[in-house]
Amino acid sequence: MSFIRLEPRGQASKTMVYATPLLAVALTLLSGFILFMAMGFDPLKALYSFFVAPLTSVRGLGELVVKATPLVLCAVGLAIGFRANVWNIGAEGQLTLGAITGGGLALAFYGEGGWWLLPLMVIGGAIGGAVWAAVPAYLRLRFNASEILTSLMLNYVALLLLNYLVHGPFRDPDGFAFPESRLFEADATLPILWAGTRVHLGALFALMAVAGGWLLIARTFIGFQIKVIGLTPAAAGYAGFDQKRIVWLTLLLSGALAGIAGMGEIAGPIGQITASISPGYGYTAIIVAFLGRLHPVGILLAALLMALSFIGGEAAQIAMGLPKAITGVFQGMLLFFLLASDVLIRYRVRFGARRVAA
Amino acid sequence: MPSPAETLPPDAPPPRLELRGITKRFPGCLANDHVDLVLQPGEIHALLGENGAGKSTLVKMIYGVLHPDSGTMLWQGAETTVPDPAGARRLGIGMVFQHFSLFDTLTVTENIALGLDDAGPMDQLADRIRMVSERYGLALDPGRHVFHLSVGERQRVEIVRCLLQDPKLLIMDEPTSVLTPQEAAKLFETLRVLAAEGCTILYISHKLEEIRALCSRATVLRAGKVVGAADPRQETARSLAEMMMGAELSTPERPPQGAAGAARLTVRHLSTTSDNPFATNLKDVSFEVRAGEILGIAGVAGNGQAELMAALSGEVLLADADAVVIEGASAGHLGPRARRELGLAFVPEERLGRGAVPELSLSENALLSGYAREPLVRGGMVHFARARAYAETIIRGFNVVAHGHRAEARSLSGGNLQKFIIGREILQKPKLLVVGQPTWGVDAGAAAAIHKALIDLARSGAAVLVISQDLDELFVLSDRISVLFHGRLSDSRPTHETTVERIGLLMGGLFGTPPDEDGEITRAV
Repeated sequence: MSFIRLEPRGQASKTMVYATPLLAVALTLLSGFILFMAMGFDPLKALYSFFVAPLTSVRGLGELVVKATPLVLCAVGLAIGFRANVWNIGAEGQLTLGAITGGGLALAFYGEGGWWLLPLMVIGGAIGGAVWAAVPAYLRLRFNASEILTSLMLNYVALLLLNYLVHGPFRDPDGFAFPESRLFEADATLPILWAGTRVHLGALFALMAVAGGWLLIARTFIGFQIKVIGLTPAAAGYAGFDQKRIVWLTLLLSGALAGIAGMGEIAGPIGQITASISPGYGYTAIIVAFLGRLHPVGILLAALLMALSFIGGEAAQIAMGLPKAITGVFQGMLLFFLLASDVLIRYRVRFGARRVAA
Repeated sequence: MPSPAETLPPDAPPPRLELRGITKRFPGCLANDHVDLVLQPGEIHALLGENGAGKSTLVKMIYGVLHPDSGTMLWQGAETTVPDPAGARRLGIGMVFQHFSLFDTLTVTENIALGLDDAGPMDQLADRIRMVSERYGLALDPGRHVFHLSVGERQRVEIVRCLLQDPKLLIMDEPTSVLTPQEAAKLFETLRVLAAEGCTILYISHKLEEIRALCSRATVLRAGKVVGAADPRQETARSLAEMMMGAELSTPERPPQGAAGAARLTVRHLSTTSDNPFATNLKDVSFEVRAGEILGIAGVAGNGQAELMAALSGEVLLADADAVVIEGASAGHLGPRARRELGLAFVPEERLGRGAVPELSLSENALLSGYAREPLVRGGMVHFARARAYAETIIRGFNVVAHGHRAEARSLSGGNLQKFIIGREILQKPKLLVVGQPTWGVDAGAAAAIHKALIDLARSGAAVLVISQDLDELFVLSDRISVLFHGRLSDSRPTHETTVERIGLLMGGLFGTPPDEDGEITRAV
């Protein structure tokens, strides 16, 4: 008989739902400590330069917000779908399409812009992302095709489309054949919110997405339907909830939010359309959604943490000469520990042999 | 106090199985509390108790699925432990579960071979199956595929599988809940032959009349403890039920029906087709349910009940809009929500996983179907305070034992969850209520409360349709009874003009039998 046992709890522990992400972070730091030590680095100094140093400067904090912005926008939309068992893996492609349509408008009205151009680009980006997400929605409902595969495959289509455009129609006519568009004019650029940083209006959109996502999930009847469909589809059928409508709604919504995120990147920190507009925000957002427990506020915190792993990894490369893969190692450890410690929500650990009552 | 074994004369054989002080604790509940049980060779012993009394936990420990925290188990006089079901089978313990574990696409022989630890060559096994099934009157063709078999035949496969291992103790968990009375009578003959040959049978059932007819001793469990022993033949069903409950049983009375009102539900020439090859298509089903009456539809599961329920609830839309008419409106093309708005309320057969979401609280489960007829949603926003109040009203009005409106649906016992679901539907003041298996697996006290609520609803002017396999229940509830067999529905007969035997014959497919043949079949119990 073993000396460490898992004993089922009577019901899920509410405390543990919130405690396990913190536990996962703690375990990640501990493993990082051991890892750095084994590699011959001063572990405290390495962890400091990875997790603390970026937060000590205004520029670093600003970058944190800049990187968290698209993650939040994508992850909130994904989480709403995941709650309804709609597995949209295509945020990366929807983000790309949002950049193409939003940026396309900026180029189309180049030199004739006005105050109306930015709102138009936001709407255009949202529509672009939503249209891209509508394809897997239609294929699932019409042909019962798994949206996991179709949305994932459309990511590559979107990337190829972007490549074609920046090498062709979108290419800057005065750009010496570089695969980039013109730099956007001021009318097509998101205003900076925080002087001295690159934090732009998109951060506000992300906060609005958090608030709106929370309202949808926690207060509206649509949110209740999403919850029931996700937990027990048969009960949703019994209650008469329209599952097709929910598939459309969640995919279009997450596509639109990802599209806004893509538009925010090219109209914000990048300022033009290039061949690489995202370091994989759409994929990382999947981790963010689960790390944040599919809850908008949790997603906000998780996105900041993941953003920190992006810039911390860069900072550690520069300060300590650590390999670039360190970012991926930390993201992977975090997800690993989170999934592993989730068992504590339904089980408690008991030490010692099983007691046998006399 | 001497243990029962010691009171026997010294030369008597040891009991087949003796349990002493068996205790099993689950987180948050003591499932078995120092349970003593003595089973003699060749007896048919009933294990009685309400839901959650600890019957299943006890037999699972005997069969090695669970392990006791403390206590001893003596097999033919020798102390033993049962590590797992294979160990139980080696001792000579067999068990027929309530839910079958058969593969539809395999033959009888193949299915049995899968469940045997040592199957041997297939043709020899088929011969052995034929031998055993003839010897015990369990007609079974070893070469047939299981999906062709009726539920009763499927159960025979499970029983034959146990008998091939020459069991000395056979445990049967609710074996007749899926059988027609005639099939049950056949099963009892088999069990009596087995017992006469010295096999001990431990029999679990909610059907007390059956237990009175079949069993020579009974042990009664309540809240994990043995609270009594009886000779069921000397008791009445009522006294047995009261022993289980520890309280007096009030049986609902069905006041005579007033003049039946207008038709609230009319089903005309309803036929269905399904992509699922194992579904039973409905064939030209027609009936109506009028205001103020309860129509019962009897039938063994798998004869089209699931398809009829889905066609009535709107979960499956129909080709012909006029096939289902609710309150005068053609509803065949309407989904569940629109039908609810016409006045339909609906209690599905699966409580957890269709009628309620296991992980959600009772107030959220009140919203699940309550949104259509109660003011719980305003401008797209959920009115949580009203949902809570509605859940509290249901809990109070229907005596649901739960830790308030926050309790998760899965934390409730089957009977309490069913009271909650039925309460949720009835409080919406439906004009028409469709109920599937209202008291399946529900203990006697909760069943009586549910029956009373259904009768009260009908007498207040609603139309009620009850689809059930339990004939005793249908005879308590219904004003008229029809039978569903192979997707066809018999004409309805007023309950007081028919008998359990006649309905039983219809359940076996003998539509249109001349009435004078009915007398030849005696009732099972």
